[in-house]
Amino acid sequence: MNQNDTNKIWRVISASSLGTLIEWYDFYIFGSLATVIAGQFFPKTNPTAALLSTLATFAAGFIVRPFGALVFGRLGDLIGRKYTFLLTLVLMGGSTFAIGCVPNYETIGFAAPIIVLLLRLLQGLALGGEYGGAATYVAEHAPANRRGYFTSWIQTTATLGLFISLGVILMTRHFLDPDLNKSIAKFNDWGWRIPFLMSLLLVGVSIYIRLKMSESPLFSKLKSEGKTSVNPLKESFGHKANLKMVLVALFGATMGQGVVWYTGQFYAQSFLENVCKIDFDQSRTMLIWAILFGTPLFVIFGSWSDKIGRKWIMLSGMLLAVVTYPYLFKRMLAISKPDSSTLIANKSSSDTVSTLIIGTANHLRTIHSKMVYTSGMQVQQTATDTVYNSTSLPTSKPVIKTSKLLGDTDYWQIVLLLFVMIVYVTMVYGPIAAFLVELFPTKIRYTSMSLPYHIGNGVFGGLTPFVATLLTTSFPNNPLAGLMYPMAVALLCLLIGALYINNKIDENVQD
Amino acid sequence: MNLIKKWAGIIWMLAGPLTMYCLIRIAASEIALKPELDTKIQWGVFVIIFLPIALGLVIFGYYAFSGEYDHLPENSDDLT
Repeated sequence: MNQNDTNKIWRVISASSLGTLIEWYDFYIFGSLATVIAGQFFPKTNPTAALLSTLATFAAGFIVRPFGALVFGRLGDLIGRKYTFLLTLVLMGGSTFAIGCVPNYETIGFAAPIIVLLLRLLQGLALGGEYGGAATYVAEHAPANRRGYFTSWIQTTATLGLFISLGVILMTRHFLDPDLNKSIAKFNDWGWRIPFLMSLLLVGVSIYIRLKMSESPLFSKLKSEGKTSVNPLKESFGHKANLKMVLVALFGATMGQGVVWYTGQFYAQSFLENVCKIDFDQSRTMLIWAILFGTPLFVIFGSWSDKIGRKWIMLSGMLLAVVTYPYLFKRMLAISKPDSSTLIANKSSSDTVSTLIIGTANHLRTIHSKMVYTSGMQVQQTATDTVYNSTSLPTSKPVIKTSKLLGDTDYWQIVLLLFVMIVYVTMVYGPIAAFLVELFPTKIRYTSMSLPYHIGNGVFGGLTPFVATLLTTSFPNNPLAGLMYPMAVALLCLLIGALYINNKIDENVQD
Repeated sequence: MNLIKKWAGIIWMLAGPLTMYCLIRIAASEIALKPELDTKIQWGVFVIIFLPIALGLVIFGYYAFSGEYDHLPENSDDLT
């Protein structure tokens, strides 16, 4: 590659990655702020609004993403990569900004949750179309011997999008008022809109950059020769020869990648917060550190895949995940328990507040306890119960809320464990764009690679937190029960991938 | 290796309906446990979305059993 080519490919990567990064950012802020948004638009007291909330969560993640892959994949193979993924960016940015502007349920009633649901569906649709376009666009500019390396920059964007969304949310939550509690209250009231509104600026910059880019050279060549596909959907899924590659991509690669990706980044965070009971901010900063340290590995594994092939790096990531997940999660649970450390009695405190329940002679009792341990761990516990005036009624079982702040050593130990899980994410995800691009011919590449990617990542991966929580509820005595789903899916994918996927690097993607 | 690929195809063909059977059973028991519209929608979405995926697994198994994966395409002309 001469200097001109090098400059060109970096411009292509920057333009594509920035847009994809913003799309992921937009998609995640809704998920990360789900509780706040539910309070604003989907009040639990109203069953219809709560129902729309369920639809917003499930429909956008599971149905609309693969559907977006089909709609925009087809468009990308018909009119070109550049304008299609420009369109997805406008759709995503516009709907994210609009969510930040919608008046809440109290102001406009039912129109609020309906508008938010429609905007969320648009987000899912846009995300379904974005990734395939960006990966294809970069790969079609990259030289054959460095395709894994160059496309791996696109692969960093999903994780960086999560990183930025967490960072922006934490910063906004903390800086709205010098008093932290007031700041959080302001954030829950109106500050949550800031991350959504910021999207307009980010998308504006990205659109400007992308508009200056030219169409993919391979697609332009096909178009000038009149060889573009007439019906990409039929050619992708109606022809046995191509359909069999779509199926092997889904069951032998993207399905396992999806669960490893979601377990390392989302289920791990939910596990820290809900099972280990680690403080909201601390569980997020731990993940931020792990992502920061782990992100360069996307590029390293992508680059390595140019030398040794894509297959075994991805499958090794799945194998390591299946083998070590129980240990890693068990270790996180053990670290979050103060058992091994001694309570410092003079730093610990407890106070009880009793309030008369109006209209009765009963009391609502709240016991606040703070326990400080030699390891530096602070455990805050609030137990609330009702004390009945009548001696014939027993005191109700208290509702206990626990929040733990870990000491430095424990904190960094958990960051290390999360980092290991992010390493697995980078192994399965770093080389996958190059792998998918090389499986399919130029004229139906966008359509063919987008669908297995979004079923693997969106459906199998997106389900991970839900199924894991369901399993934890079904097996309450086993806090690691949630891991059965990602481990089973990753193992199945590993077996299929090992048997049916080729490790060959396709030198020629121009056909 | 081709023989293993071929016979493993039967497992994938059986795994499709088996997964759907398990999913529908879990969905029915979850809905019976909490018969709210919310639960019905959640599980309804899962069943609808997994139905074509399970069908895909059956087709994949059939292709594997028929020897379609014995030789993978060398170039794009083999695919279209």
